[in-house]
Amino acid sequence: MIEASELTKDYGSKRAVDGLSFTVQPGIVTGFLGPNGSGKSTTMRLILGLDAPTDGDVTVNGRHYRDHPAPLHEVGALLESRSVHTGRSAYNHLLALAQTHGIPKHRVTDLIDLVGLHEVARKRTGQFSLGMGQRLGIAQALLGDPKTVMLDEPVNGLDPEGIHWVRNLLKGLAAEGRTVFVSSHLMSEMALTADHLIVIGRGKLIADTSVDDFVARASQKVVIVRSPELERLRAELAGPGVSFAEAGRGALEVHGLTAEQVGNAAAGAGIVLHELTPQQASLEEAFMNLTRDELEFAADMEEAVA
Amino acid sequence: MSTLTPTVRLPPLETTGRVAFHRVLLSEWTKLRSVRSTKWSLGVGFLLTIAFPVIFSFVTSSHWGSMSPSERAGRHPLDIALAGVNVAQLAIAVLGVLLISAEYSTGSIRSTFTAVPKRLPVLWAKLSDYAAVSLVLILPAVLISFFASQAILAKHDILQISFTDPGVARAVLGGAIYVMLVGIFALAMGAIVRNTAGGIAAFAAIFFVLPPLMFVLPTSWNNAISQYLPSEAGRQLFSLHHAAHTLTPVAGGLLFAAYCAAAIAIAAVLLVRRDV
Repeated sequence: MIEASELTKDYGSKRAVDGLSFTVQPGIVTGFLGPNGSGKSTTMRLILGLDAPTDGDVTVNGRHYRDHPAPLHEVGALLESRSVHTGRSAYNHLLALAQTHGIPKHRVTDLIDLVGLHEVARKRTGQFSLGMGQRLGIAQALLGDPKTVMLDEPVNGLDPEGIHWVRNLLKGLAAEGRTVFVSSHLMSEMALTADHLIVIGRGKLIADTSVDDFVARASQKVVIVRSPELERLRAELAGPGVSFAEAGRGALEVHGLTAEQVGNAAAGAGIVLHELTPQQASLEEAFMNLTRDELEFAADMEEAVA
Repeated sequence: MSTLTPTVRLPPLETTGRVAFHRVLLSEWTKLRSVRSTKWSLGVGFLLTIAFPVIFSFVTSSHWGSMSPSERAGRHPLDIALAGVNVAQLAIAVLGVLLISAEYSTGSIRSTFTAVPKRLPVLWAKLSDYAAVSLVLILPAVLISFFASQAILAKHDILQISFTDPGVARAVLGGAIYVMLVGIFALAMGAIVRNTAGGIAAFAAIFFVLPPLMFVLPTSWNNAISQYLPSEAGRQLFSLHHAAHTLTPVAGGLLFAAYCAAAIAIAAVLLVRRDV
């Protein structure tokens, strides 16, 4: 469980995180979504006590991260920026971390095997590819068998097989009752992995909601309709706030009406329909819509001030 | 397809421990021994401590016959035996800075402070490990260099002193302690500056630039001030002669240790306060 309240962080005059309040629940995968530069990594550094908040507070499993006597058993973290000495081998990097908690050596080799780095465990990490670096970071996050797992952009640089593996891992960890908090700027990835979403833009909370609600809320009313009498139908549906787009092969994309409204109108006019499909906005589109509003709002505000 | 893929399961950890200082000490030891710069710097430091006295002994022996009496009087066997200390301190200082600055340049400091979020145990452990390693390495090196240079000079029956002569054992052991303290001072510099080039520059400025700068001052000022510089105070640990304007070995050693303590205190305060 991660609890943030009014979390704020300034770097000089720039506000990176702005009054964020949210709770990350155990037992589910919570996606932490936002465009690049929206404050996700900063928030994670604040959670780990690497950076001190300018204002507000954040606790993990009921305490400040710094006050846990065995922090690696509480939170396992993969940070976005590289956090490994390039001259040290993966094995020695993990061993040094394990030793701070008295975690046995075989745990280190177990995790190196789990993430598939066995072949290169003794090589200096400076020679690692981005994907290998991510795997090492994931091994590091899981080293202490933590109650809370926090990963910043874990699928960055991974091949499709690796992405699939991480997705399963995260679901498995959540199913075991752990708190799983994963950041990404890739909505499609979150759609497949997350149950719940915390969305931020410019350091501010935009949404704290389930994935399904998030899509529903951000979806526009779009219906695909197919009919042999498209022109009549179009005339029947036309009205304020309604627009059309060709969908090809006797189909029409209707914006601004629900499937029920289109069906009723067609029945009333005796028009035969061959298809009537409500379109869900993809998570990607939903996200773009929300953050675009946020960005435009911010831009308007700046103009107004100027 | 995904339904067929078995869930990845994290093996449970059967034992759970908490962060303790002896564990951080072991962790920092693992870090120290697992990078190349350690082997290089310590190897160079060890070799230089011995190589310079050996070379100087040979050169002095072979030229002894052609030296004037005043030249001969200017040679002291202890200066020859400990000639390597002045060079070796550079290698030890560079590694001292690197032990912490490299954590910042590579970003591994974030991993380190995630495992030990109270941070200060990391600083104490780094200092303890490095002090122990540098002392264990340089102590035999100064002993070897003393006896080796004496053996070389003995062939020509010149510049002989005994380890048990007054002040000799103190100066030889003091040389090793000086190098150890230099390593500690440099590590603190690295922790304050958090940057390799900056840390080494800060160290070099204090140890190699500041002392000659004092000579632009009037002699009386120079005499009054120079003895209190970290390098001059520390040097008294391994020098046999004491001029009117130098501290005693004990006073100099204590003052140098106090400088180290002050640098460590600044490093500790900044370490806890700053974001990483």
